[in-house]
Amino acid sequence: MVLKVFFPSCCSSAESGILVGRWISEQSSAVILAVVHFPFIPVQVKQYLSQVQQVTKVNVSVLGSWNNSKQEKDESLSEFLEDLGTIFSHDPWIQISKEGDSKFWNCSTLQKQPNNHREEEIILVYYDQRKVMLSHLHPPLDTAASTDSKAEDASKLSAIFDTVAKSKVLFMTDKYDDGPIKMTHWQSDGVEASIIVELMKQASVPACMLLTFLLSLISGACNSRVLKFWPLSFLWSKLSTCEQLGHRLQHLQVISSNKRAQNQPQLMRKANIFVSLLIDVALGILLMSWLYRKNRIGHLADTLIPVADHIAEELQDLLQWLMGAPAGLKMNRALDQVLGRFFLYHIHLWISYIHLMSPFIEMILWYVGLSACLGLTVALCILSDIIALLTFHIYCFYVYGARLYCLKIYGLSSLWRLFRGKKWNVLRQRVDSCSYDLDQLFIGTLLFTILLFLLPTTALYYLVFTLLRLLVVIVQGLIHLLVDLIDSLPLYSIILRFCRSYRLAAGVKFRVLEQQDGKPLRLLMQINPLSYGSVVQTYRLPTYSCYPKDSWTSLCKKLFLGELIYPWKHKGEKQD
Amino acid sequence: MEGERPYLSASGAPLSLRRRQHSASCRELAVRCPRLQLRSLSAATSAVWLAAYGLFALCQNSMVLSAAIFLTLAGLIIYLHFVKIDQESLLVIGSLGIQVTSSYASGKESTTFIEMSRVKDVVINEAVHMQKVIYYLCILLQDPQDPEGVSEVVPLFQSSKPRLDCLIEVYKSCQEILDQRKTAPQSS
Repeated sequence: MVLKVFFPSCCSSAESGILVGRWISEQSSAVILAVVHFPFIPVQVKQYLSQVQQVTKVNVSVLGSWNNSKQEKDESLSEFLEDLGTIFSHDPWIQISKEGDSKFWNCSTLQKQPNNHREEEIILVYYDQRKVMLSHLHPPLDTAASTDSKAEDASKLSAIFDTVAKSKVLFMTDKYDDGPIKMTHWQSDGVEASIIVELMKQASVPACMLLTFLLSLISGACNSRVLKFWPLSFLWSKLSTCEQLGHRLQHLQVISSNKRAQNQPQLMRKANIFVSLLIDVALGILLMSWLYRKNRIGHLADTLIPVADHIAEELQDLLQWLMGAPAGLKMNRALDQVLGRFFLYHIHLWISYIHLMSPFIEMILWYVGLSACLGLTVALCILSDIIALLTFHIYCFYVYGARLYCLKIYGLSSLWRLFRGKKWNVLRQRVDSCSYDLDQLFIGTLLFTILLFLLPTTALYYLVFTLLRLLVVIVQGLIHLLVDLIDSLPLYSIILRFCRSYRLAAGVKFRVLEQQDGKPLRLLMQINPLSYGSVVQTYRLPTYSCYPKDSWTSLCKKLFLGELIYPWKHKGEKQD
Repeated sequence: MEGERPYLSASGAPLSLRRRQHSASCRELAVRCPRLQLRSLSAATSAVWLAAYGLFALCQNSMVLSAAIFLTLAGLIIYLHFVKIDQESLLVIGSLGIQVTSSYASGKESTTFIEMSRVKDVVINEAVHMQKVIYYLCILLQDPQDPEGVSEVVPLFQSSKPRLDCLIEVYKSCQEILDQRKTAPQSS
């Protein structure tokens, strides 16, 4: 099989020495992690490597020799390096030699078993050690789905990425350390660290503890018995603001937990939640500062009552239009007047209540606007709730219209069956024939005729109020979609993909470098970053998303029969 | 063996296939598509601007002209960066895998690397495309659960669509390298 040597590009100019890394025999590939320089004592090297092996669980061993001769080929050095092969017994013993500044290296192997008669082809693959170490390989979706992970199915590339990532301990010693072993790897020029990151790590522990304490207080207060009595609990379940606040509380609990993230998806999730919260609060504070400047809240409160009045006036005009001859249709005068007057009185009541509340509106709005500092999502949810409260009378009208229409439809269908001499058998849940008395038939037919001729009037009222209700529902749905988007977008992952694209790898790509006859094939392995669509799909935050409960056909059926529709379903809501 | 030879695409446009052998088990096959023609570009631009001038003559609003210029520029950039493929190449490295690269006219390259353990075979398939039957080369991926099954088909050279003679050359080159992995002794 072809022998593949993965050589870190940072070691290309290292001094002569021996190669240390991992040999993956089933793929016949050698992953070189570092070069150990002379002078060294073989026993110490073996001890050090076994220590590293214990800590990292990676099978690190001496794989071969590296000869970087600046002048002409040094025969004695190359013989010495060959003899080293007998001390560090490894099969095959890889020998790489570089002359001067030549790009084309010599690569050969010493095999212990003589059964391999052919000259093996060797492929030299250069890789950027730091990038491969920091990168996280995302497997393609079909292999991720299969749960059984047999060793031979494991991707070759993930073995290489794993090897480098787990060998962090090996890269901790740099050339300024006074140890017995001098190595060259990507960090051998000095371990880098950032002061800000270290400070933040130190500060995060007490901050997390404080946050956990505060959150436990808040959740204790929220779960107290006082708030669970019936009217209040019903109110909390209907207001979307409370749900959003509960969702954010959960997020805060995830961030402030003391356990470290075990694996990469958990770490990304925590980071995404943190950045999402931060951006949310920043946008909320921006909104708040904009609202409270120049007393815009006052203006908003002042325009709220006239807007409510305006809506009520429009509704009254609409009802007057319906009570006349709407769109040229002829209504049943008496029923029309009854329904119209009933709804008009309802509007009159609603307006009186709004006017009763008007002195307090500004103060309520002022304090409610302060809660925008909790986040833009909370502000949007409050807006959605205010819209729901202001259009409550439209909802009431819709319910009245729907119930009337529903009664009428059921009555009509039952009397139609009577008209044909059939009956609905409740016990057997089917339609059976039935012999009615003459007076039953007479009254039934009469009622059927009355209901039938009153149907257009009721249907028109139902249609108008359903359309208004659907309009309000669509507006609320759009606001909730926006809230969902802000909640679930993995901003940290997107920024990471933009700035440090090698961290999120979909795979690798190879570039063929200059070749020379007789020398091994030279390839450069680069990281192929994940596309933005896959980033969003993989790291999406789960939300209490609201999505349409019914398909289009069932929605139309419900509308036709007059059943009440609640088109948006929240995850976790009990099904009625 | 190495070098560039002209072929035709399924719609009759001239293509060229370039073969390079880097080593005994590494081959690169690149199909270069016809370039963007100046006359089609000027025709599209003139059509858009004539329409814009017509609208301007009707409504006397100069925003229409600036919008047309902006649309033309944005459309050209989007076309060059996302739609127009200049070259599609296949790099077959025995024992590592197959790499498929598409280079766009703006210089963007989109690469996919498929490991050799996932590749079952490279075949030429037929497809019914509108009113024609065309041949296309595709890579069959192995199903991890079923050793005889195929989990996915990856079509190659989708935008250049070379004809059968070009595909046969590419197929022969690929099969020579894929055969090597069958004859190579599997390491225990």
